[in-house]
This record gives sequence, C-alpha cells and structure tokens, in this order.
Amino acid sequence: MSALLELEDLQVFYGASQALFGVSLHVSEGEAVALMGRNGMGKSTTIATACRMLPLRAGKVRFAGQDISSWPSFRAARLGLGLVPEGRRCFPNLTVRENLIAAARPGYWDMARVHALLPRLEERENQLAATLSGGEQQMLAIGRALMTNPRLLLLDEATEGLAPVIRREIWAAITKLKAEGLSILLVDKTLSEILPFADRCVILERGAVAWQGAPTEFTREVEDAYLSV
Amino acid sequence: MDSTRKEWLLNALIAVALFVVPLWALMANEPFIITLATRIAILAIAAVGLNIALGLGGMVSFGHALYLGLGGYVAGIAAHHAFNGTPIFAGIPGTNQMLIIWAIAMVLSGALAAVVGALSLRTSGIFFIMITLAFAQMGFFFTLSWPAYGGEDGLPIFVRNQFPGMNTARPWDLFLIAYGVLIFSLAVFALLRAARFGAALMAIRQNPDRAAAIGISPFGIKLVGFILSGMITGLAGAMMADLTRFVSPAMMAWTMSGELIVIIILGGVGRLFGPVVGAALLVGFEVFFGGLTEHWKLWLGLVLLGVVLFARGGLIGLIAGRAQHG
Repeated sequence: MSALLELEDLQVFYGASQALFGVSLHVSEGEAVALMGRNGMGKSTTIATACRMLPLRAGKVRFAGQDISSWPSFRAARLGLGLVPEGRRCFPNLTVRENLIAAARPGYWDMARVHALLPRLEERENQLAATLSGGEQQMLAIGRALMTNPRLLLLDEATEGLAPVIRREIWAAITKLKAEGLSILLVDKTLSEILPFADRCVILERGAVAWQGAPTEFTREVEDAYLSV
Repeated sequence: MDSTRKEWLLNALIAVALFVVPLWALMANEPFIITLATRIAILAIAAVGLNIALGLGGMVSFGHALYLGLGGYVAGIAAHHAFNGTPIFAGIPGTNQMLIIWAIAMVLSGALAAVVGALSLRTSGIFFIMITLAFAQMGFFFTLSWPAYGGEDGLPIFVRNQFPGMNTARPWDLFLIAYGVLIFSLAVFALLRAARFGAALMAIRQNPDRAAAIGISPFGIKLVGFILSGMITGLAGAMMADLTRFVSPAMMAWTMSGELIVIIILGGVGRLFGPVVGAALLVGFEVFFGGLTEHWKLWLGLVLLGVVLFARGGLIGLIAGRAQHG
C-alpha cells in the first residue's frame, strides 16, 4: 500500500507555545488510522495541520504524492483532504442542502449518495443547520466532507458528546465508508469502537508520537501508559 | 404557512403591484406615476446587483455608485456621439441602441469591479468599506474634471436611446423595458443563490476558514461575486441615464452608494425582493414626504433606524419572517 498522507516531523506552534514536537505519521490508501491520546496532546492540531489550516514551523505534509506544506487549506481540500472538524462547525444560517452543495465537487459522492448514507439529511433538507440536533449536525458535517469527494476523510471527534443511538448511526456510516475503500484518519477516545474499526492506531503524547501499532498489539499497559487519566 | 412560502407569496404580490400600479397610471393618464415606477425598477436593479455582494457575500461595498455612474456615462457618451455623428475614439462610432450600450456598460463595469475587487478583497471589514469608497470617489472626481463630457455640469442625452420594437420616448414602453430587466436580474439572483456558487458565497460570509476547509477559495468566489454585482449595477446605471436623459458625477457620489445600501437594508439584506421593496420605499419617501418637507431624509433616517433596531430582516423579514437562506 502506498502512503496517501505523510506527515513528516511536524513542528507547530500556537504563538510562542509549541504544540507539535516532530509528529510523523502516514495513512496508506484504503487504510483507517485512529489518532489517540489524552486531551491536549496534539490530536486536533495534527489534523488541522494536515488540512493546512495551521502554519508549519518545520516539517512536511505530503498528500497524494505532492508536497502541500505551503498550500492554503482550500487547495488541500480540493486535492482530496475531507475534514469533519471537531465541534461539527456547519454553516448555521445555511440550510442543510446549502451546506452540502457549497462543498460539492464532481466525483462519486453527490447529493443522492450522501442522502442514501445519511437519510436524516434528506428529511431535514430545507432546515437551517442551526436548528438541527447535535447528532444531525455531525451527520451534516460528514455529508459535507463527502460532497468534496475526498480521498482521505479526517474525522476529529466525530461522535463526541452524542447520544448512544446517534453514535451507533455515525459509526455505522463510517464503517460503511471504510468498507467502500475510503481512507480514514480519525480522532476518537472510545476504545470499544476504535479498536474493532481501525487498521492501525497512533498515540500522541505531548505533541509527539508515543506509540503506534495494530489494534491487536494494543495492550492494557499501552492504555495505562498513554490513555488513562 | 411556513416562511419560505410566505416570502414567495409576498414576492409575487410585490411583482404584481409594481406592474399593476403603472398600468393603472397608463389608463388614468398619469405618466408621472409610470416614471416613478420605472425609477423604482431601475434603482431596484442596481440594488439587486449590490445584493449579490452585500447580501450573499457579506461584502459591504460603499462604492457601488462607481458602477452605476460608469454605466450611466457609457449610455451618455454613446448617445452623445451617436447624436453628433462623431467617433468616440479611433473611429469607433457612438450608438443609440440600448442593447449594445447595456452590453458595453456591463463589460466595462465587470472589468472595473475585477480591478477594484482584486485590490479591495484582500482586506475586510472597515478597510474594505473604505477602499471601495475610495475607488468610487476617484471615479467621482475624475468625471467631475472631465470637460469633454460636461465635467461637473454633466452630460445630457437629447434623444433617449432605442430599444428594438419599443418607443422609448413613451413612459409605458420604458417602464416595460425596466420591469423586464428587473425580473431578469431577480431571476439571475435567485438562480445564483440556489446554485453552488451562491451557497459557497454565503458559506464564506458566515465563516471563511470553514469554507476554505471544504475546498472553497474565499478570494476567488468573492471576486466573481463582486464582478457579477458590479455588472448588474452598471446595467442599471445605463438605464438610469436613459430614464433621466442625463448623466452627471452625482451618479458616482458616495451618497448614491449609501442610498443603494439603504435600499437593501430597508427591504431586507440577502432577500430576493428586498431591493424592490427598499427602492419603492426610498422613492415613495422622496416623492410623498419630499412634497411636504425638504427634510424628508430625516424621516427616512428614522425609518432606517427602526428597521436596523427592530426588523433586521428589513420589510420582507418583518412580513415573511426569518430568512431560510444564509
């Protein structure tokens, strides 16, 4: 499998404080990678940096064979980085339909396919995004990312704070996407859902990769060392 | 009834009223009313143009009079040379054909908006407002000191330009032309808003970083929106010059840019028929209160204050409810 996304020695700062201390990781074509770690360890920063939403002090971001380290985020998105941001972040005063078509780019994913995957979005088509429930907004954020026809879907805490029934719906959709061959990099905290899903896990500790391996290699000791609070 | 249906019904009523009132005036032999309706339609077209930039894209251009004036001068200069039989320059003759004048006005306004937009869209907020104002003021002072076309005295159009199959000297014919163009420009606005382009423009207005994260180039889309906006306002300028048969630097004055913004705020920012309602209110105030007192703008100011404080969606929003769009 060739690497689709390669992050090489990322050094990222927020003002004077350093958030990433040389993060390196890759996601191969068709692979699902889980990015794990305690709060504040640099998971969301890594995702945002990969999508070119944060400037790099040093390091490289390569995607689909191109060095996109100095690209603006809209160009990275057009190349195939589909972000589902933390906290959903839809366009609240646009309807569900407008949220989706704003992102539309030609390819496999169109309105009909997104509706088939996430039927609630069709039911709510003419509602303003601000009036949706948290779970529906999350589905909209996923649908919107799919409308860009991404080669890699980046999900930042996609099920955080949602009711169990909605979480199951979202995990079912993500699992279907993986089965269809879409490459996925996701940040999540729920081990019972990540471990059966991911092909590989990467754990961040204080802005650097502390451990990585297959879910089968994930042991109680690893959990105690890097994830338990 | 949901607010979307209510708004469509209201829009249809306004469209019918704007047609029926001058039709009644035609039968009652009140040409002044027809001319007022024409003025409303043309001002509304100019504001439909601004509504693309301001309503959809959140670009508060305080210099749209520049395109209105440019369109006006295109009509004035073309008519002036057609009347005199002299070339405009390098053997290019003038013309008295509205369709040709409109096309030229739109192309030139679009080109000018591309230059102004390319420079001013690198800024935002108050800086954007000030730069667009500065460009319009440059246009204003340029025309003021341009003796070839009347300078500060302006340029009269002795014979109104022609439209195929119409007698533009008759107020009713001119109204029909303006009404047709208004409906066409409203259709363009509605189609743009429903298309990906409109959704992307509204998304950028709400959050440019989020929009960029889904592959929308904030600068590129805004620039295209700004150019389209300038083109439609330029078209209105050419029509306005034909209505008044006169063009002067006043068409590019900052007060004119302000009036276009006031029209949109009164009617409803980003609402399809907001510019029509706003233009009708502005012209209505000017005529009815202007006849009573020379301080009619004071009353208009109070209404504007009331709208800003209590009816953010303008008159359309007050009646039809909250927008179901960005």
